[in-house]
Order: sequence, then C-alpha cells, then structure tokens
Amino acid sequence: MSEITAEQVAHLANLARIALTEDEIAHLTTELGQIMQAVEKVGEVATPDVAPTSHPIPMQNVFRADVVGDDDVLTAEQAVAGAPEADGSRFVVSAILGEEQ
Amino acid sequence: MARAALMDFDRALELFEPVIGLEVHVELNTTTKMFSSAPNPANSAFHIAEPNTLVTPVCLGLPGSLPVVNGEAVRSSISLGLALGCSIAPSSRFARKNYFYPDLAKNYQISQYDEPIAFDGEVEVELENGRVFQVPIERAHMEEDAGKLTHVGGSTGRIQGAEYSLVDYNRAGVPLVEIVTRPIFGAEADAPALARAYVSTIRDIALSLGISEARMERGNLRCDANVSLRPRGQEKLGTRTETKNVNSFRSIERAVRYEIQRQAAILADGGTITQETRHWHEDTGATSAGRPKSDADDYRYFPEPDLLPVVPSAELIEELRAALPEAPAARRRRLKSEWGFSDDEFQIVANSGMLNELAETVAAGATPAAARKWWTGEIARLANAADRDAAGMVSPAHVAELAALVESGTLTDRLARQVLEGVVAGEGSPQQIVDARGLAVVSDDGALIAAIDDALASQPDVLAKIRDGKVQAAGAVIGAVMKAMQGKADAARVRELVLERATAE
Repeated sequence: MSEITAEQVAHLANLARIALTEDEIAHLTTELGQIMQAVEKVGEVATPDVAPTSHPIPMQNVFRADVVGDDDVLTAEQAVAGAPEADGSRFVVSAILGEEQ
Repeated sequence: MARAALMDFDRALELFEPVIGLEVHVELNTTTKMFSSAPNPANSAFHIAEPNTLVTPVCLGLPGSLPVVNGEAVRSSISLGLALGCSIAPSSRFARKNYFYPDLAKNYQISQYDEPIAFDGEVEVELENGRVFQVPIERAHMEEDAGKLTHVGGSTGRIQGAEYSLVDYNRAGVPLVEIVTRPIFGAEADAPALARAYVSTIRDIALSLGISEARMERGNLRCDANVSLRPRGQEKLGTRTETKNVNSFRSIERAVRYEIQRQAAILADGGTITQETRHWHEDTGATSAGRPKSDADDYRYFPEPDLLPVVPSAELIEELRAALPEAPAARRRRLKSEWGFSDDEFQIVANSGMLNELAETVAAGATPAAARKWWTGEIARLANAADRDAAGMVSPAHVAELAALVESGTLTDRLARQVLEGVVAGEGSPQQIVDARGLAVVSDDGALIAAIDDALASQPDVLAKIRDGKVQAAGAVIGAVMKAMQGKADAARVRELVLERATAE
C-alpha cells in the first residue's frame, strides 16, 4: 500500500531542488501514486525463496588494481574546460549558504 | 556569536549522565582513489598538488564515466574492521547518498548504508589516567571523501557573506572508512578524555596497520562527536548534538566537555536541546549551531547501480586477520612489562606519544631507562622550545648512538646534550659531531693532571685548605679545571685527581 501525498511530493521536490507549482504537485501526486502501484505488482510474485537483489547480473568483486591511470588523469585546464566559470584551475560556483554534508 | 551559558562541569555531572558517540573518518593511503585511478592525495607521495590535478572524469562525475572499486582499499578496510574487532560482512554493497552541495560533482556520495563491510566490534581504550574502556563499535563502512571549497569574498572568509566559492576536486573520491561507535555509557567525568583517547587509539591502529597517514592536521583522521545528556535516573536517552570540525586531539576533549556544560545549562533551565550539527571553533573554544540534522530519509539512499557487491572470501579475511599487528593496548602492556617501568614512568611516555620512538631506540640498542631519559627529557625540551614534534627531530638510531657514547664514557651528559643539539640541527650522527666538534671527554689523565697542577699553583690558598682536610674547597679548583678543559672532562675523575695531586707531595 503506497499512498503518495502532496506533502511528500513537495518535500521530494524541495530535496531535488525542483520548483513545482501547486498544479504540478497535484498532477505528480496522482502520477507517482500510479507508478508506485504499478511497481508494487512485483510484490505479488516475490516469494520468500527469492532473495532480494540490487543487481540483475550475477557478478561480484569487480576490483581495480591500485595503480595510477596516467591516461585518465586530467590536467587542471582539462578539468575545468567544461565549467561555466573557472579561475584557471578551480571551479567557480555561486556562494552556497548551505553546509557540507 | 553570543557565547552560550555553561554549567560548571562537576555540577553538570551531578545532575546528568553524559552519553557520547563518536564517528571517525579515516582517509586510506592507497596509491589511488576509492573509485578512480587518480592519485590519492591522502598518500604522502601526492599530498602536495596543484588544485584539480589529481582528478579523472570519475572524480568530476563527467557523463559516461563509471566508478570501479579499488581492491587495495577494500583490503585496507577489511584489515581495519578486523583490528576493530568487527565481523566482516560476507556480502556488502555500496549506496548513493544524495545531496546537493558542490563538494561532490555527482550530487551524491558513494557510501555504504544498509550493508557496511564491517560491524559489531569493540576497541580497548586506555585513558591518560590509566582507566580502561571497551568502546563498542557499531559499524565501519567504506565511502569516498568530498572535494574542498574555498569561500571567497565577504568580510570573514567564512560561508556567510561569501560571494563565490572555488572548488578543488583533488580530495573528491579519496578512500574513507567511517567508524561509528554505539552510544558509550559510563564514562561520566572521563567522557571528554575518553573521546580523545578513543580517537588516539584509532590513529594508533591505523598507523600500525599502515593503511593511513593518520595525520589529524592534514585531515587524514577526522572526528564528529555526538553528545547527549540524560537526567540521573532517566532511562530514555537525551537529544544529541553532533559537533563537527574537531581537528586535534585536544579539541576533541574540549568540544565534548563544552557540549556537556552547554547542554546541562539549557536542560537545567527547563530548555530543550535541538538535534543539530554544531561547529567547533578552535579560537573561541566554543561550538555554534549549524544545520538541523537531516533525517537519513532525506538522503534518499539507494543501492549504487554502477557497482557490484563486495563478497570477500573467507580465505582473504583469514589472510588479513593473520597479518594483523599487535593491538595498541596489548602492545603497551607488553612494552611496560619488558621495560620494567613503573606505572607513572610508563604513563608519562605513553602520554607523550613517544612510545614508538622509545621502542625503536631500545631496539637500536639503548637501555629502556636511557631511551626514556632522552626522549622525555632533553628531546622533549628541545621540541617544546622549537614548537616541533619530538618524533621528527631526531631518529631513534641517533638517540641510541648518543646513549651508547654516554654509556662508554666518551661523553658526559652535558656534552651529550650539546651533541644532541648538533644532531637536531642536522650536523650528522652523534659520532660525526663528536669528531667534528672535538667534544669527546678528555680521558687522558696526563692532560688533566697538567691542568690540575696549573690550577693548584694559581690557587695556593685552596691547596692549603685541601691539605688541612677541607675537601669541599676543592670545588674551586675542579671548576677551574673543567673550564680549562672546556667542559670536556669527567668532573668525578677530575675531583679524584685533584685530591690525589693536592695531597701527593
């Protein structure tokens, strides 16, 4: 049973930094509820015999050797090349009033 | 920032029981980062680097880039988990912690959430006063560090009033292990000291494993301290605060103490504690309110779809377990008994943080007593005066050499101190300095006797007194001889010879 409320949608929108109008919230509340119902159908076929998984591919322990990938390391100029604004080697971002997590 | 009202610490302890919980982040010193092949600035080899020169497309979250787990970081994490007495998860996975802040370019941090690599451990921690605690560990999980922001503009350079921020992603993706304790009860007035000693123990463990440089001043080791109070006799835990930005051992102790006093004042006044992050300010010795603590729900954790589960084999776990070094607390007990130090003597060494230096000096051939004397005495004094770390000033091998020169009678203590200053100044090994400066004790009696005869001849009154049996008068002659020998004589031998010469004729 997953009832999606308008408050939840507004809260999620806030967390995702998306500005929504009241109309959009109402619309998305209905739509998200329908999506949740659709996904919940999975619950009907899940049995205790089926272990939960986050991966459809039966693979594990894919590791990288601890070696510097010289070809992958960028120069500072390359790193900031696509940035809207940079001071030559660092990214410039607008003042953030929040805090580090 | 208005300074909060504080209750007297002892009074606070009478009314309330402090409960603390500690989160320690350990930066691993692998060659490369957690999920990318960029050089790792938490490894000393890459510590000094220009901004954004230790980055790959993965560190910048560029489209199309994919993370791949560093196998060595996993091994280090398992070793650390085992050293913390934890069970290692047969299968663990990564999760995305979603938040918007430019210290990570992806808008999420790859961490572990519901399946950490290590859980349910216990660490033995010994306080400076000798009290021993078993600190319960809830979990240790792998994650990536975030980049560094420099706030520019505004009057203070702090976040408020900043006009813009500069972002360096060199640190983004550095492998981290976050170690989380369970609530720690029963420390009472020792709670601040326990917090400090715990972090110090984690540092010792990380260093002994060789998995981290573990330097707090570089941020290799960072601590967040949770503190709550509950009225005496109350079962329910009080509301906690989480103090961040505590970057030295001393600050950890002070920050916990401060929070106990601040919360006690509020609670005694009928107020309530706000669950929030607080920031420690080293300069004022106070904490200030930060953001209200987010619910874990707000991070919208979900399994990281780009990475596969980590399933360490039993063989790997046992291989790493077999390679674990001696636990710091057990090692201290062993060294204390091997060295034959009293409780006080050993505590002074342990508290000075020079246990490793002493052990290496003893291993290099010095007696434990001599090693202790030099490290906690003259070397500590020089380090203090120069405001340096004693450990870095002189090598244990040189201290052992110095002690041997004193032992063999080549140097007096006074000369040895001069030699030590030369070693600290980088003039070479003790023997080289003795040779270069000609500092060895003059053990040639002929040279001493010549100087003594001169001194006696120039002080006939003293000579007369000595012959009258007033032996204490010899001091003036001994002083003159030591001066003539520029201190390079053994005063006891000079005294013997003075009395011999004075009464010989």
